[in-house]
Amino acid sequence: MSTVLYLPGDSAALALGADEVEHALKVEALARKLDLTIIRNGSRGLFWLEPMLEVVTPAGRIAYGPVTASDIPGLLADNFLHGDKNHPLYLGKPEEIPYLKNQERLTFARCGIIDPTDIEDYIAHEGYRGLKNAIGLPGAAIVEAVTESGLRGRGGAGFPTGIKWKTVLGCAADQKYIVCNADEGDSGTFADRMIMEGDPFLLVEGMTIAGLAVGATKGFIYIRSEYPDAYRQLEKAIIAANRKGYLGPDVMGSGKAFDLELRLGAGAYICGEETSLLESLEGKRGMVRAKPPLPAIKGLFGKPTVINNVLSFVAVPTILDKGAAFYKDFGMGRSRGTMPLQLAGNIRHGGLVEKAFGITLRQVIEQFGGGTATGRPLRAVQVGGPLGAYFPDALLDTPLDYEAMAAAKGMLGHGGIVVFDDSVDLSLQARFAMEFCAIESCGKCTPCRIGSTRGVEVIDRIRHGENREKNMELLADLCDTMLDGSLCALGGLTPFPVQSAIRHFPEDFNRPQSRAAAE
Amino acid sequence: MSGLAAANFPSRSWDNDAALSIVQQKKSLDGALMPILHALNDEFGYVDASVVPLIAEELNLSRAEVHGVLTFYHDFRKAPAGRHVIKICRAEACQSMAGRDLEAHVTRHLRVAMGETTPDKAFTVEAVYCLGLCACSPAMSIDGKLHGRVTPQRFDALIAEKRP
Repeated sequence: MSTVLYLPGDSAALALGADEVEHALKVEALARKLDLTIIRNGSRGLFWLEPMLEVVTPAGRIAYGPVTASDIPGLLADNFLHGDKNHPLYLGKPEEIPYLKNQERLTFARCGIIDPTDIEDYIAHEGYRGLKNAIGLPGAAIVEAVTESGLRGRGGAGFPTGIKWKTVLGCAADQKYIVCNADEGDSGTFADRMIMEGDPFLLVEGMTIAGLAVGATKGFIYIRSEYPDAYRQLEKAIIAANRKGYLGPDVMGSGKAFDLELRLGAGAYICGEETSLLESLEGKRGMVRAKPPLPAIKGLFGKPTVINNVLSFVAVPTILDKGAAFYKDFGMGRSRGTMPLQLAGNIRHGGLVEKAFGITLRQVIEQFGGGTATGRPLRAVQVGGPLGAYFPDALLDTPLDYEAMAAAKGMLGHGGIVVFDDSVDLSLQARFAMEFCAIESCGKCTPCRIGSTRGVEVIDRIRHGENREKNMELLADLCDTMLDGSLCALGGLTPFPVQSAIRHFPEDFNRPQSRAAAE
Repeated sequence: MSGLAAANFPSRSWDNDAALSIVQQKKSLDGALMPILHALNDEFGYVDASVVPLIAEELNLSRAEVHGVLTFYHDFRKAPAGRHVIKICRAEACQSMAGRDLEAHVTRHLRVAMGETTPDKAFTVEAVYCLGLCACSPAMSIDGKLHGRVTPQRFDALIAEKRP
């Protein structure tokens, strides 16, 4: 009888040698005449344990990790295929690992468990139950459920998803569109990538529900070109969903049509901004559009368009399956449901942590992350990507919630948490924020296009101790101009990391002249 | 499939007839210009400026519009890359794990500046802003293959395999 093994095909697992592990398994299986079936699943998101190899035993799945190709002969020589407890890489049942056990996985419930290329496996694990319920409802009732759940845009802005959908539903048009923003460009974030690679049908289902809700018959997923594996997984998922009647002219026998197409970005961070993304989808330069008109009223090709982040769409099937009240029950204040947080950078146990809103930064970093990877003291944490604030230790008790983060002059953004140890120089990080803005600015508005370059120059002068007081004043003024005068979040939020670095780590901007001169 | 070519060898040298047939295959897609440019970039390893008027004609756009799109996006090359393309992540998560040192090591080791190709056309080194491998930083890709937790020593070993 064939023994079933699960080995992640997730890109992070690949970057850590998962394909080499698969090759070693095949070579050894041949030599030892073993009958092995290897399923390439998504990652469960415990990246210090990747590649994590799981073997199916009568007692359930047993995990080993981190496995390298050179471990395979030893593992197979031992009783690993029967769940050997004595092997040094033995992790036990994956769902019992505290890092996973202490999460509230609604969106990532299936990721790392199922075969992401197998629609039957998806259906067997509660897949397409949300869509099935949605089919029996009028569009307005679907929108009502999403509104009632309290779901807010997971891309960063936190705008209520149901309200956006309601606007599109209320527009009369010959064509409406559903657009998924899968241009996950923020450093420290990988949740979109993981779900697209590990559970692509969930995104297809979420977008299909959105289509039924607002009366849109066509959707586009705009994926960044840095994510080729996600593109390939979704390509397969769309073909399978069409073949099984979950996409196409008659979705699940409802008589309603919904088609999905994929588009690839081309290395422009700005295309994660929704109006710039729409321009790019139309085949133009990714230049930001002035709002209004809102994309909900005049979006892709001038038609009413729902544009949401991957994490917003993938939350929807759970809401339609288990009910708005079930989802809303998680969370705090005006932030309802769960947030897939991504623990990254200089952290021992980096990975995906899906928790109800309200957990504090410190709880995530200490209880899940286990401190820094280098073992040095933690000094700063950047939350929410390159446009997010740098937090010092004193602010780590801030709950992860849209309002609480804003009150601390930060933002939750897409949920990326990047940890830095005490070797970090915050003046250099502030400089990078401006440099990145200069590289990625679309160029439409002056504060962003010119301000960012001037910002790099002013910070360089401060770092070299040139006219420090005057230049600090100039930098503060420049930050205000960018904040107030930029057209979109790129120029408008680039001051966040800069100002927070100055506010919380002023010593890094006031290095002794002699030291600066010596460099 | 567009834009996903792992290898950076242009599969053929530039040919305007072949380019035109790619343009014609894709022109009926919604927002066809991006898929067209990706397809050309994949096929030839770059997008030759001579194709701009052909695309403009086929899509009923001005040459300026096509040129504008071609030059807006980092992915579209104006000339062929080296035989091996190294993309180093320069974003914050990788910075927190000594990514800046790795970048300095790579450019010193290959004697090439970021964004440039070695004189023997063996290596092109480019910046990338996030590969989504932020929990196993620092990260890079070499000819499309991803590598996490890369140390200077590990880089040297990886690149030794690619030496001509």
